[in-house]
Amino acid sequence: MATYELILLKNMMQPGYTGSLADYEKTGGYQALRKTLGKIAPPDVTATVRKSGLRGRGGAGFPTGVKWGFLPKDYHGPRYLCCNADESEPGTFKDRQLMERDAHQVLEGIVLACYAISAESAYIYIRGEMVLGSRILERAIGEARDAGYIGTNILGTGVTVDVWVHRGAGAYICGEETALIESLEGKRGLPRVKPPFPATHGLYNKPTVVNNVETLANLPHIINRGAEWFAAIGSPPKSTGTRVFCVSGHVKRPGNYELPMGVTVRELVYEHAGGMRSDKPIKAFIPGGASAPFLTPNHLDVKLDFESVAAAGSMLGSGGVTVMEEGTSMVWAALRLMEFFYHESCGKCSPCREGSSWLVQTMRRIIAKRGRMQDLETLSDLCKNIAGRTVCAFGDAEVAPIMSTLQHWRQEYVSLIREAEAANLIRPEPVGKG
Amino acid sequence: MLQDKYKDEISDILSRYPVKRSALLPLLYIAQRDQGYVSEESMKEIARLLHLTPPQVYETITFYTMFNLKPVGTFHIQVCKSLMCALVGSDTVIEWIKTKLGIGPGGTTADGLFTLSTVECLAACGTGPMMQINDDYYERLTEEKVDRILAELRATGTSQLKSGPFMWPEPARKS
Repeated sequence: MATYELILLKNMMQPGYTGSLADYEKTGGYQALRKTLGKIAPPDVTATVRKSGLRGRGGAGFPTGVKWGFLPKDYHGPRYLCCNADESEPGTFKDRQLMERDAHQVLEGIVLACYAISAESAYIYIRGEMVLGSRILERAIGEARDAGYIGTNILGTGVTVDVWVHRGAGAYICGEETALIESLEGKRGLPRVKPPFPATHGLYNKPTVVNNVETLANLPHIINRGAEWFAAIGSPPKSTGTRVFCVSGHVKRPGNYELPMGVTVRELVYEHAGGMRSDKPIKAFIPGGASAPFLTPNHLDVKLDFESVAAAGSMLGSGGVTVMEEGTSMVWAALRLMEFFYHESCGKCSPCREGSSWLVQTMRRIIAKRGRMQDLETLSDLCKNIAGRTVCAFGDAEVAPIMSTLQHWRQEYVSLIREAEAANLIRPEPVGKG
Repeated sequence: MLQDKYKDEISDILSRYPVKRSALLPLLYIAQRDQGYVSEESMKEIARLLHLTPPQVYETITFYTMFNLKPVGTFHIQVCKSLMCALVGSDTVIEWIKTKLGIGPGGTTADGLFTLSTVECLAACGTGPMMQINDDYYERLTEEKVDRILAELRATGTSQLKSGPFMWPEPARKS
């Protein structure tokens, strides 16, 4: 099995590593902070991050340094950093591990990002269910504050960064950056119309950067070892660094595997995750969380980097790889994800709010063997009228499971409908909303 | 009154935000911790504290699934039913709990101990099937494990099987 250097998971893999401040410092923790604050000019930190090629690990993959560069240079009021820890994309469970096992690595990244964008306040928006994670972060912030890494006049450099944990309350959409901001302002988490972008009008209408946990955790390493080092890992020039891939589904050893970007799904599943649990062949997989279209065994040699996965018709997204074995019903799988999206639609845009309900009802009808052949057209039609017609990317995400399963496994839909026709259930009873 | 009971905690929370309304979710959590749900009384008090109208509090609270608007059992069981858990058997776990407790999703046992809900993804897809009970996660569930968790909760109010800081696979299992 090919082995790769661990970057983000390295500390926590050491026997006895607790994630305490003392443990983190022993591994060289907070050296990047010491090296940077007051010694490197903030724009140079941004330049380094831009040069490293680091792209957002939350889903969209936007270049982090470029995002920071959008903040107005001539604005002297407050600016904010929001750490997006609202990990809710089905199939994704990496941020939870990064926060609960090595919180200081995330905190050091947060302070570095704040320094680069001249923000004095950072909020960690953590999903409400992760109570343990929020407690661990609170404790780590306390330790860092006592040691002078967080707070006023950090390490005597005159730099001020305060960090607070803010718990969400169970809404998937709050992982979308403008919905996160609305939620942090104490409102319903409805995405905002963009532009204006958070870079100019974010939290409290002030310049704001929202970065994912894993993105921020990379920063100390980029500062310590240099942009060139980072830019050489993975699939340069566009997908640099590692990803913490979250493997779930029918594999022998599901879990988090940190690998350079550009490894193939085949390698991830068969070499790292131990292969398939009952040695059945793979029927389908999702390469980047529930919002990413399903792919087929023909795509097993697709490289897991942003460009290659996009070229294969899906997206690398959050790095959540869900694998399904031969025998799994793809209509059922698509319905399960559709039910998720139906439940989580925030209700702001009509195509998504109404469309998700219609999609779920039509899918339930097909599964219940009460479908009609024209339902397939209805499904595609609905999907086409949702995608791209909503304020945020949720609309595109929610149609991915159905569109991609219709594309690759249309026959399964057809067989279910043929069964319905054979049973002569021409007048389907309405299937309840639920 | 929350303000009398949690004075220091509330003022600490308020000090974190330049705009009062940001403290809304944190204060709702205090109310829920105190009573097990958020009563209308608490919503009105929180509205007063944050200079909001009660409808502003209500419109916000109803957006979020984690706030209970009516009392729930001592132990609120929330089982994940999203695809990733379903692939590894969450439907069986849900059926098992339903049979064990004699209630369906949304129901509470007659003794007021357990409320059962089915929920969407809780970010523990590699260790499914999983559930959350109050503040704790329980992962890699089997029928035996569920039995033990329920028995321990009944007997002691807590269970040894709850998850600690998350890491999976554990280092020893990685070759």
